[in-house]
Amino acid sequence: MPDLRDTFAHHQLPLARWLQHATDWLVNSLSGFFRAVRYPVAETLSGFNSFLGHLPVWVFLLIIFALSWRLISTRFAFAATASLLLVGFVGMWDYAMTTVAMVVTSVVFCIVTGVPLGVAAAKNDRFERALRPLLDAMQTLPTFVYLVPIVIFFGIGSVPGVMATIIVALPPIIRLTSLGIRQVDPAVVEAGYSFGSSRLQVLREVELPLALPSIMAGVNQTLLLSLSMVVMVALIGGGGLGFQVYQGINQLDVGLAGTSGISVVVLAILFDRLTQSAVKPRRELRVRRSAAPEATGLSTAA
Amino acid sequence: MIATMSRRRPDSSELDQTGGERTKVKVRDLVKVFGPSPEAAVQLLMAGENADEIRSRTGNTIAINRVSFDITASETFVVMGLSGSGKSTLIRCLNRLLTPTSGTIEIDGQDLLAMSDAELKLFRRKRAAMVFQHFALLPHRTVLENVELGLKIQKLPKVERRERAADVLALVGLSSWERSRPRELSGGMQQRVGLARALATDPDILLMDEPFSALDPLIRRDMQDELVELQRRLRKTIIFITHDIAEALKLGDRVAVMRRGEIVQVASPAELVGLPADDYVANFIRGVDRASIIRLGSIVSVAVRARTSEPLPQPAQAGQVVFVVDDADRPIGVSTANSNAAHGRETAAARDEEFVQLSVAADLRAAFPACACGVPIAVVDEDRRLIGTVRPSDVFAALLDQGAATGGFPHA
Repeated sequence: MPDLRDTFAHHQLPLARWLQHATDWLVNSLSGFFRAVRYPVAETLSGFNSFLGHLPVWVFLLIIFALSWRLISTRFAFAATASLLLVGFVGMWDYAMTTVAMVVTSVVFCIVTGVPLGVAAAKNDRFERALRPLLDAMQTLPTFVYLVPIVIFFGIGSVPGVMATIIVALPPIIRLTSLGIRQVDPAVVEAGYSFGSSRLQVLREVELPLALPSIMAGVNQTLLLSLSMVVMVALIGGGGLGFQVYQGINQLDVGLAGTSGISVVVLAILFDRLTQSAVKPRRELRVRRSAAPEATGLSTAA
Repeated sequence: MIATMSRRRPDSSELDQTGGERTKVKVRDLVKVFGPSPEAAVQLLMAGENADEIRSRTGNTIAINRVSFDITASETFVVMGLSGSGKSTLIRCLNRLLTPTSGTIEIDGQDLLAMSDAELKLFRRKRAAMVFQHFALLPHRTVLENVELGLKIQKLPKVERRERAADVLALVGLSSWERSRPRELSGGMQQRVGLARALATDPDILLMDEPFSALDPLIRRDMQDELVELQRRLRKTIIFITHDIAEALKLGDRVAVMRRGEIVQVASPAELVGLPADDYVANFIRGVDRASIIRLGSIVSVAVRARTSEPLPQPAQAGQVVFVVDDADRPIGVSTANSNAAHGRETAAARDEEFVQLSVAADLRAAFPACACGVPIAVVDEDRRLIGTVRPSDVFAALLDQGAATGGFPHA
């Protein structure tokens, strides 16, 4: 009986080659699409980058101080300013600004795509059902899994890094937008229709404003996920604080890893507190009993 | 001597039938079915199947079962029923928040169910506004902005809608609350905002879905009084849903009683109390304050009367009252058989006795003081002409006995 080892050696399934070919084909034939997707992200990122790069440090500090003071407390405003000064004095300021630009770009795109998807999911049960396993997968897969296809299709650098970040950070804002819209008191929605609103008017006047606290919670989560992923994408050449952390690890430079790590933590706390204070329910939302409007009735209404 | 047979004053339902007033809303054979196969359920229903059977066999619920009625312009039409009787479904069919399964609804002669989406939107924006049980205000907007909602949906310019909203808010007495949020207001005030929001678009038709049910009893009574007052001025066509019979009788020109999707009786409050169609309605009106619902017009009986120019008639029986009337038939005095002074006196001089004059439209309660003092009651019409009299025994009979309240008087 011949050894299977020989058979393996002589008869190989060229799967690796097929994959390579398929990928090459995809990259070549869809290059227009990939460039089209990449373009707005790249432009936005470079916009934020140059804005934050040119912004005098004291203006940035002042803005953060004012926001923290208005939204949170005087104490937090001072603590936030001091922490940011620390980031500057350990030599991480420019890296931190790059990271902020990446995070903000990611959040902007997550909001722009996530809120409409969330609204669609809230309005359409079938869409929600189809979307849910996808969102589950996006949230449970180890985040660096995304890095391979991203590198293949978009190359390396900060822009592909932000695109990977967008994918990772997108699910919570979709979920929480959908949840928020579904939780709007049906009686108020019905009232909107009873005065002759179109669907769009109900969405704008009633549903989105009432879902806002939930949507803002989604923004908060998206922001924090973005920050954690923006550090990860240093693996594919993303810049900013993540790259400093990565270098610190590679070179076993505890000092570098420590200072850049602390800077990440400072940004994380700052982002979290600032967006959470915007989430804080300033108005109570009482969910009241009411006759749920029948679906067909509303569809003829709109 | 002129003896007038007393008659009940015609109420709005009779005017309606004689074509004296305009029909605003006309509903015929309306059916609304919730369930997997509404059309099939309607067919079974039309074939004479029982609603319960249809439900157990097909899983369809007949929420409204072949309901027909007319609503006159400027009328307050109350739909009364327990929860689950289909009244909320019915009112939502009238602006097509729910689409009826079969039947017709005509508003000012226009087929509501044939309206396109655009027409329907226009109808809701301009002609029919709704007030909700739990107010359904926008919590993130100010009171003024809430009132503006309908106008904003109509895309009215901001200045104009501000102005109109402020006017309507003044109408419901909330001018000083313009900038507050709904949650800062009490329940009664919130519902006034709801009412103002509905009135802001100046609709002909107000659909009120249990608007006062969520309010405290005292506030509820105030709101009812205010609605009556508003309606006296605005003359809207109001369709008012309630589960409270007292509220129905107080507000309604006519009341429709619903049970399990069907209308059991449509009648004026006095008719409903006097002549309930069946035990179900009778059960509802048990414990109702009959004294404030039954009108004197329905228990009035013949009065012996004499013109001042005629000789004073001899009372037929002891204790009977002779009303002295002037040439226009207006009562100006009374003479009682047991008052010695009456005998042999001129009619013109016999009007020194005290009497009380009450309108046919007055309720029994108005007659209580006179009954208590034993003073004769002259019941008069709008022109103050004598129609008849009401005796304490009639009042008590009306309070106790249903037959006496309907206009059948064994002693006439």
